[in-house]
Amino acid sequence: MNHLGFKLDSIKIGSFDFTCCEGCQLQLANRESSLPDFLALLDIRNFREISSERHDDYDIALVEGSITRSDEIRRLKTIRQKAKVLVAYGSCACFGGVNSRKNPIPQEELIREVYGDKHIETMPSMRIADFVQVDYSIPGCPVSKKEVEQIVVGLVTRSLVSLPRFPVCVECKQRLNTCLFDLGEICLGPVTRAGCDAVCPSGKTPCLGCRGPADDINFPAFSQLVHEQGLSTEEMREKLAFYNGFTDYHDHEG
Amino acid sequence: MTMKVDFNIDIHHLPRVEGHGDIHISVQEGRLAEAKWAVVETPRFFEAMVKGLSAERVPFLTSRICGICSISHSLASIRALERAMQITPPETARAIRLLAMHGETLQSHALHLFFLAAPDFMGVPSILPLLHSHPGVVEAGLLLKELGNELSIATCGRATHPVSLVLGGISKAPSKQRLSEIQQMIADRRPMLERAMEFFRTLPVPEFVRETEFISLRDDESYPFIGGNLVSTDGVVRDENDYLLMTNEYTVDFSTSKFTKVSRESSAAGALARFNNNYNQLNQQARDVAAAFGLKPVCHNPFMNNIAQLVECHHIVGSAEAIIDRLLDDDLSDIRTRYEPKAGAATGAVEAPRGVLYHHMETDEKGKVVKGDCIIPTTQNNANIHHDLHALVEQALSEGKSEKETEKLCVMLVRSYDPCISCSVH
Repeated sequence: MNHLGFKLDSIKIGSFDFTCCEGCQLQLANRESSLPDFLALLDIRNFREISSERHDDYDIALVEGSITRSDEIRRLKTIRQKAKVLVAYGSCACFGGVNSRKNPIPQEELIREVYGDKHIETMPSMRIADFVQVDYSIPGCPVSKKEVEQIVVGLVTRSLVSLPRFPVCVECKQRLNTCLFDLGEICLGPVTRAGCDAVCPSGKTPCLGCRGPADDINFPAFSQLVHEQGLSTEEMREKLAFYNGFTDYHDHEG
Repeated sequence: MTMKVDFNIDIHHLPRVEGHGDIHISVQEGRLAEAKWAVVETPRFFEAMVKGLSAERVPFLTSRICGICSISHSLASIRALERAMQITPPETARAIRLLAMHGETLQSHALHLFFLAAPDFMGVPSILPLLHSHPGVVEAGLLLKELGNELSIATCGRATHPVSLVLGGISKAPSKQRLSEIQQMIADRRPMLERAMEFFRTLPVPEFVRETEFISLRDDESYPFIGGNLVSTDGVVRDENDYLLMTNEYTVDFSTSKFTKVSRESSAAGALARFNNNYNQLNQQARDVAAAFGLKPVCHNPFMNNIAQLVECHHIVGSAEAIIDRLLDDDLSDIRTRYEPKAGAATGAVEAPRGVLYHHMETDEKGKVVKGDCIIPTTQNNANIHHDLHALVEQALSEGKSEKETEKLCVMLVRSYDPCISCSVH
């Protein structure tokens, strides 16, 4: 493949999943019209969900899911040793994700409720970065394939890639949507990192913050907005906790 | 005479399926000593996680049970909660929800048929070599999968983890222009269904039969997708709320996913189960496809689940066209019923791509969930896969098949169920 006159080698890549729904991996097989071109950039060495060929040499490891069992920690550390670049993708990998809703409940209680007396090993949901160094994070539930493509292409072409620093509101305004606050709903668009093309508010569904906080957000102004509109603080907290991306703000006066 | 062979088949994290499952087979002196389907997926405890959550937020949580059938999970929770709180969604919203689900089924079946199942029949490790050797086939698979995704995106905002499926209806309707575009896309891509059929007709389906009980929904008006009675090929008929009697979940020591049974030691859910119970509700085109493959109800060859999925693709595309035609004559304005939260309990059953899916939800008077239960299609297939493995290996040994041939049959068998393992260990 040629890029700006330079010959580029395809990049060796692996995709690995831990505790999750595998929805982020599935995005890699979406955007079907650009899929053959995207695949031409890659030398897929290990991607259990789509191939029975498994090799242990890869430059990039895409890691999906959160960590909830000791064997996952060992597997993750092995992957980290083998990969030059480790990308955590999806809200579970980046923040612990929806899986973190179980964290405040005593783990024995969870096991009893779902499995009765059966022996089950589990622990509170942890982020990938809690165990290994993460080189890139791509948040989202699910991730946007477009963003994954940009980052992977950036790695192949050795160009700089970064996530948007601004909040979802910016993208939402560009799509000329009616603000959900004006419809009496609490939307996390003002504080959540953009890059999703405001897909939820564009479907008239409030943002639940799956991409975590944008850079330099004004959280006090956001909670004041919720107050001024007479909306429920309890509901705001339920939404902030949904993907576990706002742990730094949970206890903030709101 | 069979050879006295010894071998073990140990497949850790079976590839080309969703989630983490292992196959263990042990053959000693030419006889099967052990055959095991062991799910090793890490549990997430969704039943505990829904407790205390506001009902309106529940479908957004439960859709995250599965990356492939998130729309089904969302709609199962919505149906359970709407029945529990006596909310009646408008007819237009119900039609748009069904379209969203059709998109998901088409996407999921195309993913399974072309990406996961076909490589075994072609003797390649993945779809990637087929990009070069069979570009027309891959093109058909990609265009059908994309059609499914586009149908879901148009009707519920996103193919994975829907955004506009809400309690009371939908939060936003597609524009008529968008619906017309989808209608055109269906017309343009119909030839891909024919191409898929021609391709699958060239693939030999392994001959294997183990009688079992097939479980699915039955809807008196149409092929079942959302709600209905729970029926089986052994003649069981139950109300939707009696889902526990149709599952009888139990745990086994070698699997983090539970097992179920109804009238026999195991039962099966999925496309073949729907086909076996609802053949008469399929449209003519789908029935013609079934006939071309010699598929008739009741078929007990699990490998034919692949073909049943292909038959359903034909049915779904026809059904989607008819629904869009009706919606184009609708003003698409009555899409959401406002409601007051209330205490109640009910089951929502839907036919997810891989089979009947149950969510049971109980709410308090403020509309917070106090109890939740989810029983997944793959959970209902675990025991069947397990017992099929026994029978399949015994058959392979009696036919003098080699270790390698036996292993290949075993992995193809598990894949033919299209297991959704992380979903089953929610």
